[in-house]
Amino acid sequence: MLRTEDIQINMGPQHPATHGVLRLELKIDGEEIVEATPYIGYLHRGIEKIAENRTYTQIIPLTDRLDYTVSMINNWVYALAVEKLAGIVVPERAEYIRVIMAELNRIVSHLITTGVNGMDAGAFTIWFYCIRDRELLWDLFEMVCGARLTHNYIRFGGVSYDLPDGFKEKTVELCEYLKDKVDEYENLLLNNYIFQKRNKGIGILSEEDAVAHGVTGPALRASGVNWDLRKHAPYSIYDRFDFEVPLGEAGDNWDRAKVRLDEIRQSIRIIRQALNSMPGGEFRTPGVPRILKPELGEAYSRIEGPRGEYGVYLVSDGSAKPLRWKFRSAGFSNISVLPLILKGLKIPDAALVIGALDPCFGEVDR
Amino acid sequence: MTAFITWLEGLLKQSDIPVVYAQVIAAALAGIVIFSVIGLSVMVLVWMERKISAHVQSRLGPMRVGPHGSLQLLADILKLVTKEDTVPEKADYWVFVIAPFVVLLPAVLAFLVIPIDSKLVVRNLNVGLLYFLSIPSISSIGLIMAGWGSRSKYSLLGGMRAAAQFISYEIPRAISVLGVIMFAGSLSTVAIVSAQSRIWYIVLQPLGFLVFFIASIAECNRIPFDLPEGEAELVGGYITEYSGARYAMFMMAEYGHLVAACAMATVLFLGGGSGFLLPPFVWFVIKVFVLICLVMWIRWTFPRFRPDQLMDISWKVLIPLALINLVIAGSITAFL
Repeated sequence: MLRTEDIQINMGPQHPATHGVLRLELKIDGEEIVEATPYIGYLHRGIEKIAENRTYTQIIPLTDRLDYTVSMINNWVYALAVEKLAGIVVPERAEYIRVIMAELNRIVSHLITTGVNGMDAGAFTIWFYCIRDRELLWDLFEMVCGARLTHNYIRFGGVSYDLPDGFKEKTVELCEYLKDKVDEYENLLLNNYIFQKRNKGIGILSEEDAVAHGVTGPALRASGVNWDLRKHAPYSIYDRFDFEVPLGEAGDNWDRAKVRLDEIRQSIRIIRQALNSMPGGEFRTPGVPRILKPELGEAYSRIEGPRGEYGVYLVSDGSAKPLRWKFRSAGFSNISVLPLILKGLKIPDAALVIGALDPCFGEVDR
Repeated sequence: MTAFITWLEGLLKQSDIPVVYAQVIAAALAGIVIFSVIGLSVMVLVWMERKISAHVQSRLGPMRVGPHGSLQLLADILKLVTKEDTVPEKADYWVFVIAPFVVLLPAVLAFLVIPIDSKLVVRNLNVGLLYFLSIPSISSIGLIMAGWGSRSKYSLLGGMRAAAQFISYEIPRAISVLGVIMFAGSLSTVAIVSAQSRIWYIVLQPLGFLVFFIASIAECNRIPFDLPEGEAELVGGYITEYSGARYAMFMMAEYGHLVAACAMATVLFLGGGSGFLLPPFVWFVIKVFVLICLVMWIRWTFPRFRPDQLMDISWKVLIPLALINLVIAGSITAFL
């Protein structure tokens, strides 16, 4: 008797399309996906538990290793929680430096994602262009703090070093350069007929589903939900800057890629404003002790990262080490929609959908 | 070639060896020549591809081994050939082992009818074009064998995609050359080249060239049609389980098909070796390499299609276009 049956294939954790170590168990009927089950935990390093055995200051370099594309933002969200808990005031200049660093880092992350989206679709060249531009941004970070990937730059009550000479000029120049490059990438990749055919209408996530699954970041905004912490629950000094929140309409892969490119443009706007209005003064509050012992209590801080909302929940028992340190990762919630949106798509779409949701396993598995 | 055989026969007659051997010797020589031409052009092409892709992507590409990395390929070949010969435990041994040969052979055979010069052709078959169109289809059998024999799900998916793709792209490819046959009034590749002495068929048949060229890219498994080995989704497709010398054979076949397809496009639409000043051989090589550069440029710029979209393009776009081209060609030959 002739019969057909569904095949089960295993995508990842060692697979070129899963970006990191996501494992997807796909049940397929020919090329069509009938069922998708994501498995995580292949990069689990127990960072939260390690943190409970470290002093507050020692945890900062650990946060670098969470979402390794955006160390600055990880540092910042943790520093915010500690500052809230211990009541540390951050000088004006440090806030501006932090904003600039966070936005530069957001650009780094979005550039990589754009390149990856192209690579998943088979367009390799855009990936190399994006990597090339990332190097330039990394040069800036190197100027500021000496590190290119794991920056460990933000301290409680400020940052570790002041901006070096020539930083402003170099950044202004780079912003000018990137602005053209973003237009170029939009033309090269997003406006490409094949790329549009591959991504438009693929992986549609409705507004309700996005909210119900706790999706945040560009994936949420691509579905048309106007929610950006920088705008709607401003932290630090974001309420002083003039920028827009790019939104998508259809909630498909293409909208996600488009939202990311638009966010790069907005980030450039923010950086320019911050550079022009940067005050002088201290870059770090003096007198913050190395061994911090906050009073009994708890604090939660949240921040808009390139992948969504990063949060840190901190409980102190009055000792030098936190009692509990919890990181809210955006990627974890974002990939929870995979079984929902992969159903009915083809295998090649699966690669694109994962790329468009852009999970970073350093923070998903922690 | 015939002249060469007659000369050889004369030579053999003088030295008491049966004349039948002349054919055998000639065939063996032709085989050696074709293999070395393919081997050499594949080496040049792989180097070219790496350099072109590198410069497209604002990199340098191989630079260390030899001037501008020109000896890199020798090193790579040495590495591939000396690698351990692995066959997966669960693989269907003979199917797995024979598949690379089945894929490579048609790529070599396709060169038999390509006239570099009106004299420089292995066999001037009177059905040369038909032969050329049908021979590459054999390699799709090899691809399915590779996919099936590896006993890996990704390989199987790749093999299936390859079969579907080859079958649907042979149709527009065959229809697109019918216009050329109408103009030339012959299926012989030599006759087609000499019929273009006044005007190249790309001028008369731009649509036919376009369809032939696109279908040829699809037949060569290259981006935007490289689905059978789409690495983002299928890891390596049907070559996932292959390594070492067998992998090298697949690569050789791929580039062999590319050269054959570009050479045939030159013969059919660009007047073969015709040109001024330089000898036909040089012109032929120049034209082929221009086409190959075009294919590489496309490869490193575009994303790839999805399998169902690929079929759509073949059946809904290329075949109608090829038919329109046929109508145009028919009207031109009827009324002019």
